[in-house]
Amino acid sequence: MSHTLFIDGLEIPFAPGQTIMDAALAAGIYIPHLCHKPGLTPHGSCKLCTVDVDGRSAAACTLPATAGMKVDNHTPALQEVRKTLVQMLFVEGNHLCPTCSKTGDCTLQALGYHFGMLDGHFPPFYPLREIDASHPDIVLDRDRCVLCELCVRASREQDGKNVFAIGGRGAASHLIVNSPSGKLGDSDLTLDDAAAHICPVGAILPKNHGHEIPIGRRTFDLHSVTEADVAHVGLQKTEHHDE
Amino acid sequence: MEYHQTDGSRRIAIDPISRVEGHGKITLLLDADNHVHEARLHIVEFRGFEKFIQGRPYTEVPYFVQRLCGICPVSHHLAAAKAVDQLVGVDELTPTATKLRRLLHFGQVLQSHALHFFHLSSPDFLFGFGSDMAHRNIVGVLEDYPDIGLKGIKLRKYGQQVIAAIAGKRIHGAATVPGGMNKTLSNDERKALLVDVADIITWSQDAVTLNETIHLQHPENHAFATMPTNYVGMVGTQGEMELYHGGLRARRADGSDIFDQFDYTQYNAAIREEVRNWSYMKFPYLTTLGKENGWYRVGPLARVNLCDSIPTPLAEAARVRFRAFANGAYVHDTLAFHWARMIEMLYCAEAIQALLHDPEIMGTDLVVTGEKRREGIGVIEAPRGTLFHHYQVDEQGLVEKANLIVSTTSNNHAMNESVRSVANHYLDGQEITEGLLNHLEVAVRAYDPCLSCATHALGKMPLQVELVSHDGQLLSRVSKNIDGSIGCELD
Repeated sequence: MSHTLFIDGLEIPFAPGQTIMDAALAAGIYIPHLCHKPGLTPHGSCKLCTVDVDGRSAAACTLPATAGMKVDNHTPALQEVRKTLVQMLFVEGNHLCPTCSKTGDCTLQALGYHFGMLDGHFPPFYPLREIDASHPDIVLDRDRCVLCELCVRASREQDGKNVFAIGGRGAASHLIVNSPSGKLGDSDLTLDDAAAHICPVGAILPKNHGHEIPIGRRTFDLHSVTEADVAHVGLQKTEHHDE
Repeated sequence: MEYHQTDGSRRIAIDPISRVEGHGKITLLLDADNHVHEARLHIVEFRGFEKFIQGRPYTEVPYFVQRLCGICPVSHHLAAAKAVDQLVGVDELTPTATKLRRLLHFGQVLQSHALHFFHLSSPDFLFGFGSDMAHRNIVGVLEDYPDIGLKGIKLRKYGQQVIAAIAGKRIHGAATVPGGMNKTLSNDERKALLVDVADIITWSQDAVTLNETIHLQHPENHAFATMPTNYVGMVGTQGEMELYHGGLRARRADGSDIFDQFDYTQYNAAIREEVRNWSYMKFPYLTTLGKENGWYRVGPLARVNLCDSIPTPLAEAARVRFRAFANGAYVHDTLAFHWARMIEMLYCAEAIQALLHDPEIMGTDLVVTGEKRREGIGVIEAPRGTLFHHYQVDEQGLVEKANLIVSTTSNNHAMNESVRSVANHYLDGQEITEGLLNHLEVAVRAYDPCLSCATHALGKMPLQVELVSHDGQLLSRVSKNIDGSIGCELD
């Protein structure tokens, strides 16, 4: 049996063990995603990669590809659902793009543009969340956290440190820090950790840095969020921040 | 809000409109003989920036505060950036960063001044204060005086191009970082700006001449809302006009010193702010003169009066003519604000040309670092006057306290005095018409207040005039709505 599946009618190959997302990225097909980053364990939390697989909804980043699978990805209905998900992410936090130094480099913002989002649609939650500026080099601004757990996974799998976790339940879920005081300044996170740079939004940022990349040269000024390698572009850019 | 009156009429008030920059209200109090007893300009908007930046990282401050305004965001951005420089222990930027900031600021002042005169105020002078409201706007100017109107639009556009070349966007761009700037000016960008700069200087000269002529040929304008006042503004080390960085100079109406070359980081010792219960805008005053006599004016009239010279030749020649108008004394004519504003626009145009030819403007050394501090005070001459930004941060770099004295605030008392003067002279005993209402607006408009930035455009500044008898009874209210329509109540 051949190792191929169909995404929007296009037949593409996959290697055994690959997810639909892995196969799509390898084939240069964009499936929207926020919590997925190649090299880290798939998480399936943001649901932006929701696709229809043989008539059922599934997260492309967690579902293994199987031979002959028929996947609907770029359909008007799915795009509308994904836009709604992005709107929900915006209203659940406090995302003030104009003042955030991640603006232009933020995947959530780029997805908002990608889906043609013109407003939040839902009433904003305006949650009260704690900012943690106790670390000398890194700021944790929970206002912007979308609970994607990229920092949790990067710290555990790439840095071997386990600095972050998600605490609380439901709407009260929030990013917590593994240190005696619960403060970032008392954790062993350092600026050269992958977890310090992997945040797709502006929740974890290098401290004391303003809008250093001029407008016109930011990640999403130069690249579309649909580019398969944009994740790596983003990482290279954040490293530039700290030179 | 809806009120039902005993005579069956009703009034509906949206007051205050939140988060707008352009809502003003004027109330007049009449005595028993129906003479104007008191006139007040109320600013009924509340912004709250000083409060909601508390707890935010200082690096965000220049980006928060530039959203105060869509006309002069660069001024707030730069005033905050100067304060942030101090927070990161930097007192002097690299020559290139300083020049880029100055160039950015000149672009900002040029576009703001062009916008204010041509788009907002020129219809009053070209058509008359009481002329047909439907025609008294920039569209009318473009119809009847296309040459003047188009030059105004192109002047503003050029200022915006300067801003975009440095900040990446014409409005709400990104230029400053703590201790410097984030982008060099490329040779292509420099060349593109040089293409039109000679025209910009010529058109700015034309604008000075136009205003000079209007003011000289209309003696009735000289006394309009005019009063001798104290003046405050920034000057350079030689007393020259300085818009980006210098010492503060305050002088009385007769030109005598109150203070000079004053270190603006000590502004708290020189200026206090009073709160009055009928306006959201504070009333600053000079400490040494006290609340009663310490009010002052800022902005173009103050600056052109206060400076000993202007560093560029054409603007300096215009300044000399301006001062000769008052035989060398200070010009107190409120409507001469416009003339002074155009002299400053010419200065900006010449200064932009000079900076574009400065070899250091394309340098690449943009950022300086230093030892962190807990307090920063940035002061700049914004288009509308001296602008103070003061921040204190905690040991983690989060804002603890902020105080902003924006230019329009400094002119608060003076604008109230001007409104009172016009009300006494033109409205006393008169039935209020739209044309008379506009006289009050012309007085306020001379100051180019930020409250008019957003909604004043095309002569549609929402405005209310209330006639109140001495015992507090509302006799009449005339409202000009945002769509320009006029409504009368209680007649």
